[in-house]
Amino acid sequence: MDDKQEQKGIVLTEAQKKSRRERSIAIALALAVLVVLFFAVTIVKGPAVLMRPM
Amino acid sequence: MILKEQGLVVSVVDHNAMELAPRISEADVADYVALLKPRVMSLVVFTALVGLLIAPVHVHPVLAFTSILCIAVGAGASGALNMWYESDIDALMSRTANRPIPRGRVTPPEALTFGMTLAFFSVMTLGILVNWVAGALLAFTIFFYVVIYTMALKRWTAQNIVIGGAAGALPPVVAWAAATGSLSVEPLLLFLIIFFWTPPHFWALALFRCEDYARAGVPMLPVTAGPDATRLQILLYTIVLVAVAFAPWPLGYFDAVYGVASLALGGGMLMLAANVYCRREGREASRATRRLFAFSIVYLFALFATLLIEVVVRAAVPSIW
Repeated sequence: MDDKQEQKGIVLTEAQKKSRRERSIAIALALAVLVVLFFAVTIVKGPAVLMRPM
Repeated sequence: MILKEQGLVVSVVDHNAMELAPRISEADVADYVALLKPRVMSLVVFTALVGLLIAPVHVHPVLAFTSILCIAVGAGASGALNMWYESDIDALMSRTANRPIPRGRVTPPEALTFGMTLAFFSVMTLGILVNWVAGALLAFTIFFYVVIYTMALKRWTAQNIVIGGAAGALPPVVAWAAATGSLSVEPLLLFLIIFFWTPPHFWALALFRCEDYARAGVPMLPVTAGPDATRLQILLYTIVLVAVAFAPWPLGYFDAVYGVASLALGGGMLMLAANVYCRREGREASRATRRLFAFSIVYLFALFATLLIEVVVRAAVPSIW
């Protein structure tokens, strides 16, 4: 019985699964926003994207 | 063998097993949003927006959005790092006991990782996509709030919020730098207004949360110097605030609409601060303090909103100015 449980590893509860899924979606959305942001600014600035005044 | 029979070995093994078991987080997105201090963030966004829009240059909407987003995320990172460091005293104060770390929803290392990640990405994104003057200023703001205010000043001196207020006053300066790539007098005037607004605002809060701060051992002015000395300091700082907020009009930096609004709002602040100074006992004293605290938020919002309205009207109907 103990061996079987060890093989299964950590079993998440439904609440833990739900919160993990929510966090994963939030991280995915944040990364998507970052990608869109970098793309949009590159389009807006054009070649000037490489000129960053100090 | 003898130990096992006495049950001591089992006890030790169980204890180790508990320590080694990984903690599975049940924190949801709302807990992480709470770490960002959304109410503080909204004020930061608003003041930064004003700093960005009063700059005498055209900023592309995408760059404007990027700048405000980075400043907002940087402010959120500061909030998360502040909650990470202050979780011990947060648990002792009724105002903050419900925050995600004292409630056990988020662990301190999780908050630290979250805050550091957001700080890194906000500064790097602002620097790379907008300019490095703004990026460096945002990094300095986060550093000042977390290291100088939270770690050094807050538990050490009653002047914590006076000096630490500089961090809260920097967002419009960062936004101006994002728009222009440099600094000027106008954003520094906005900085001074928020800087001198901070002590009356927070000391009013500290007056009616005095027991909380005393229990947590935070040396806020009402705890160390007493309520009467705090009332005098509130009045003095309010006088300076009203003068500093009015000065940009006669100096020619902001227009007459701002000057008149500044005088009217300043009159309200002075009246309420004088009320706090005069009424020192009972429910009237408590009510006066709460009124000043509430109005101070309206004051700052309305003052900056006047600047925003001026900019919008000037852009829509240039012939008015």
